[in-house]
Amino acid sequence: MRRFLLIAPPYAWLLLLFLTPFAIVVKISLSDIALAIPPYVPKFSWDEGIWAYLNQLDFENFIFLTQDNLYWKAYLSSFKIAAISTALTLLVGYPIAYGMTRVPSEWRPTLMMLVILPFWTSFLIRVYAWMGILSNEGYLNQLLLWTGIIDTPLTILNTNTAVYIGIVYTYLPFMILPIYSALERLDDSLIEAAEDLGCSRLTAFWLVTIPLSKTGIIAGCFLVFIPALGEFVIPSLLGGSNSLMIGKVLWEEFFSNRDWPVASAVAVILLLLLVIPIVLFQRNQQNQQEADQ
Amino acid sequence: MTTLKFEPWNDPQEKPLIHFQNITKRFGSFVAIDNLTIDIYEREFYALLGPSGCGKTTLMRMLAGFETPTEGTILLAGQDIVSVPPNKRATNMMFQSYALFPHLSIWENIAFGLKRQAMAKADINDRVEEMLRLTRLEQFARRKPHQISGGQRQRVALARSLAKAPKLLLLDEPMGALDKKLRQETQFELMDIQEKTGTTFMIVTHDQEEAMTVASRVAVMDHGQIIQVATPDRIYETPNSVYVADFIGDVNIIQGTTTANGKDSYSIAWADAQAPLTANSNQPFSDGQKCHLAIRPEKVAITADRPGEVANAVQGKILDIAYLGNISTYHVELPTGVVIKAQAANTRRISRRSYTWEDTVWLSWTATAGVLLAN
Ligand SMILES: Nc1ncnc2c1ncn2[C@@H]1O[C@H](COP(=O)(O)OP(=O)(O)O)[C@@H](O)[C@H]1O
Ligand SMILES: [Mg+2]
Repeated sequence: MRRFLLIAPPYAWLLLLFLTPFAIVVKISLSDIALAIPPYVPKFSWDEGIWAYLNQLDFENFIFLTQDNLYWKAYLSSFKIAAISTALTLLVGYPIAYGMTRVPSEWRPTLMMLVILPFWTSFLIRVYAWMGILSNEGYLNQLLLWTGIIDTPLTILNTNTAVYIGIVYTYLPFMILPIYSALERLDDSLIEAAEDLGCSRLTAFWLVTIPLSKTGIIAGCFLVFIPALGEFVIPSLLGGSNSLMIGKVLWEEFFSNRDWPVASAVAVILLLLLVIPIVLFQRNQQNQQEADQ
Repeated sequence: MTTLKFEPWNDPQEKPLIHFQNITKRFGSFVAIDNLTIDIYEREFYALLGPSGCGKTTLMRMLAGFETPTEGTILLAGQDIVSVPPNKRATNMMFQSYALFPHLSIWENIAFGLKRQAMAKADINDRVEEMLRLTRLEQFARRKPHQISGGQRQRVALARSLAKAPKLLLLDEPMGALDKKLRQETQFELMDIQEKTGTTFMIVTHDQEEAMTVASRVAVMDHGQIIQVATPDRIYETPNSVYVADFIGDVNIIQGTTTANGKDSYSIAWADAQAPLTANSNQPFSDGQKCHLAIRPEKVAITADRPGEVANAVQGKILDIAYLGNISTYHVELPTGVVIKAQAANTRRISRRSYTWEDTVWLSWTATAGVLLAN
């Protein structure tokens, strides 16, 4: 009974805030577009009964997704952008996390603070700030022109490069923190033991440090990849019309086309695609917990 | 028995494997190792003994290459190794924490060092199997370090550091994490392995019993300096200072002043209204020189009546009795207030013990029982 009381709140939470909205979205995805408020039919009425209502639902919208190239291209492109940005975030984040564990321990809380500090300002404002930095007349181009490295402004804004920069910047803390926590637990004498047994610094890093921070790396990658896949704000503000991401397509279906059923179908597919990495992520966390014991 | 005694340090022909020449190591302004010179010979089992923080680990880490001496040279087989990085040294270290790689199996842990050198796969296999056999770990080869016991982990660490057949094996408090019984078993196992492989061992410990058990020579350290290096029995029987005498085992120290009274024999005035003590020493002492007489409790006899012909006899009252099973230690307070410990074997049942608290007894010892120390 106590056990039930303990696990009931999280499950109630899950039911209320995830499963119920998801059920509603699934229902809309099975409906048809209509000029009405809300903009889809059928609507449930007590007179006709539940069967008549369910009979009107169909998979039309999902079939539509397979017919228009836009959708699978957007999914694929999102996947590519998310994968590349995850790799880039790892390349930037790992050295930072590693560096944080190399400094004297009294410095670490300060550095940790600096990593988390950006979260204190609105995400939207920070992305807007990047527009100011990356645009043709932006600070970056001004600086490069002034130092004489380039003589015509670089076009970064409204390209995929800007999207990569935006994602790497935004999700970097999610990469750094799990890697840092894995590296911090690593016993220095393991590296010394590896060197003692004939490893150079580099091989010791490769054979001991990297494998022992593996769970941190995997956790960080999922924490970046999963939200990046459905990212909407960054591609629409920094990528402009040139970047194709499913989050943006979804937004346009909802608000520009007002086609709620198709938008819902897009969302349902996205969620189903995300279930795979989320399950893998859970497995990784579980393995780590077992290894810790 | 005609086995040749292993005493390379007494043979002027013998070249040391390790030669520490005037090594000083400072951390900032803190002197961890203070102008230290030692020699370690091939096939030795050399024990570093000293209180926590006296620099044992630092000394060992300089040998392994993890610390560079501030001053001085370290020769390994005649070659200066100060600038050689750890991965190029013919030494291996068994870490205090074992430092086993948690992501690798026992087999892979032992093979780790071998794979770093150009060695044929079949040879690596053979060597790992040999090490597993030596440390009796065959059944555990496929397990991960967290799936075996502390004692087994310790043996894996040993096997891993021995696998590359180093010229010198460094063991930093290898048995710190083991319980007493396992420790004793492991000590003999270590000696056995050392004998079988012929490797030179240098062991750090703060357990004097352990050092005495395993070592061919013991070096007693204090504040970054070597106080005495000698075989375990010499260290115990003829310590060169009160510090060493006190550090190794139990000892009574009586302070006094010497007067020569014959060849190598001195009489020691130690308290007013007490007859002077007599002790032999081949170290010269001048008349009136301050001295310390160190006597082991087991060399002090305890009797109810004044013994006859004996060099030293004092009377006192039993203050305390520490019953240790096979032996008892009697704490006897002399009229001067000095407390002397005397040890006697418990050959009778405890209820039939001859002396008890508050009894007046005589303590006696011969002129050769104690060691006369200047400081
Ligand atoms: N890297 C270091 N930096 C500063 N001080 C150190 C360092 N390593 C050791 N010491 C100091 O040197 C002294 C000797 O340490 P150590 O060799 O570990 O002693 P032991 O092993 O005999 O207990 C200690 O006082 C310790 O604080
Ligand atoms: Mg130590």
